Amino acid sequence: MSDPSRPDPGGAPPAALDIRDLSHSFGRRAALDGVSFSVAPGSFTVLLGQNGAGKTTLFNLITRLYGNRSGSIRIFGIDVRAQPRAALERLGVVFQPRTIDLDLTVMRNLLYHGGLHGLDRRTTRQRAEEALRRFELHERAGDVVRTLSGGQVRRVEIARALLHAPKLLLLDEPTVGLDIGSRAFILDHVRSLCRDEEIGVLWATHLIDEIRPEDQVVVLHQGRLLAAGDGRAICERAGAPDLGRAFTRLTESAKAA
Amino acid sequence: MSGVRAVERPGPARLSGGAAHYLRAAEVVIGREMLRFVHQRGRFIAALVRPLVWLFIFAAGFRSVLGVSIQPPYVTYVLYEVYITPGLCGMILLFAGMQSSLAMVYDREMGSMRVLLVAPLPRWYLLVTKLIAGVVVAVVQVYVFLAIAWFWGIRPPPIGYLTVLPALILAGFMLGALGLLLSSVIKQLENFAGVMNFVIFPMFFASSALYPLWRVRESSVLLWQICSANPFTHAVELIRFGLYGEIAWLPLAVVVGCSVLFLGVAIFGYDPGRGFMQARRG
Repeated sequence: MSDPSRPDPGGAPPAALDIRDLSHSFGRRAALDGVSFSVAPGSFTVLLGQNGAGKTTLFNLITRLYGNRSGSIRIFGIDVRAQPRAALERLGVVFQPRTIDLDLTVMRNLLYHGGLHGLDRRTTRQRAEEALRRFELHERAGDVVRTLSGGQVRRVEIARALLHAPKLLLLDEPTVGLDIGSRAFILDHVRSLCRDEEIGVLWATHLIDEIRPEDQVVVLHQGRLLAAGDGRAICERAGAPDLGRAFTRLTESAKAA
Repeated sequence: MSGVRAVERPGPARLSGGAAHYLRAAEVVIGREMLRFVHQRGRFIAALVRPLVWLFIFAAGFRSVLGVSIQPPYVTYVLYEVYITPGLCGMILLFAGMQSSLAMVYDREMGSMRVLLVAPLPRWYLLVTKLIAGVVVAVVQVYVFLAIAWFWGIRPPPIGYLTVLPALILAGFMLGALGLLLSSVIKQLENFAGVMNFVIFPMFFASSALYPLWRVRESSVLLWQICSANPFTHAVELIRFGLYGEIAWLPLAVVVGCSVLFLGVAIFGYDPGRGFMQARRG
């Protein structure tokens, strides 16, 4: 297997996700205004923002549910607008709403997804078993999704997003509505994906306690980027003892400006 | 940009790419539609009961009121039940088309449409595959209906069951494309009741499904003109002639033309750069 994140002899490897000067509006209201940031291969990057900050719009643009009219989105150097299929091949997504067929079994859902990505039945089955084992759901493969708990459904969705072996994984508020145990489980496992499989992760959330000081953080507020860097650096720059207070300070000064 | 060159395919062991990927995707999309249909037995029964009620009750009641004179493709006087059978086949396809449109609006609100649309295939292909999946399921329903009608004494020539197949596929495709078009325009699930009132009923009643057009003309020329322009009339006539081993050329042309038109607008509507998706939050 070739690895796109390996060092390129000709220069620096391309970022897993690179967003440059991206704007988008619904009618007159700007949902995103000149946003630029990048996610390094194998890094865990948190996209922090309140509801309505523009996180979901950003995800819809990256996955090309909307087309971007200005700015650029590149996945491992591939422009999403110019080569949507090549870009989508390298991308795994977990959307905020549940996007799984409740009346089918876990395995059927995964086989469907594998087929859409051009994986044959046997390969899909093998990878599905692997991914389900990682998320401790292999015993539920034959069960109808409706019988699973909310946290388990999320885990299936993450396993599904990994079937085609993407090197960039986007998750849009994946832990919303889950209990503390499920949240911790999912968070730990996704972090271990970054570490073990070198998958770049963009984790959108409004929950500050999901962030560790060493994580890369991108702060989005009302469609604008307020800060980007690792958690500690953001705190230092904002002159705050912790990220929670740094976030409050940043959003308040944005309001004053 | 130099970045593009640097990228190689990350490992996934895909089928030899190209055509195999397309076929595999079509297989799972159609398979999923069939599976869902089998699972939702209520939907299957409802889809069958609707035309059967018309056939058993409505047609029986109107048999004496509405005489149908000899007209092609029939070579003799036919009973009213025989006359409306192709119209009821069309009805099944019409409801199936609208139902898949409803399912797509629902899927889009619920998000499973996203899973389909982020697959690394051209969007038009994914939409057409989804459309074909719906047609396959609808055509199966029509054959079950025709089998029951056979026991009710509606017996077109045996060859008709074969020659009607292309007509059903084309008519189903056109009505499915119309459903797809509507699903790209309808913003919310709640608006779907409107589709019922403004699309299904007018299309069905202002057509040749229930009464021959020459009869409509006797009562109102305007209505006759509306019925003649209704694509559903042409879908029904295509099926009617197909069921008796004949090809109706004008309806064929209209059905193919409308299919292309509806599908074209629907694909435009789902295009990320231009279409109606753009205006929507979600």
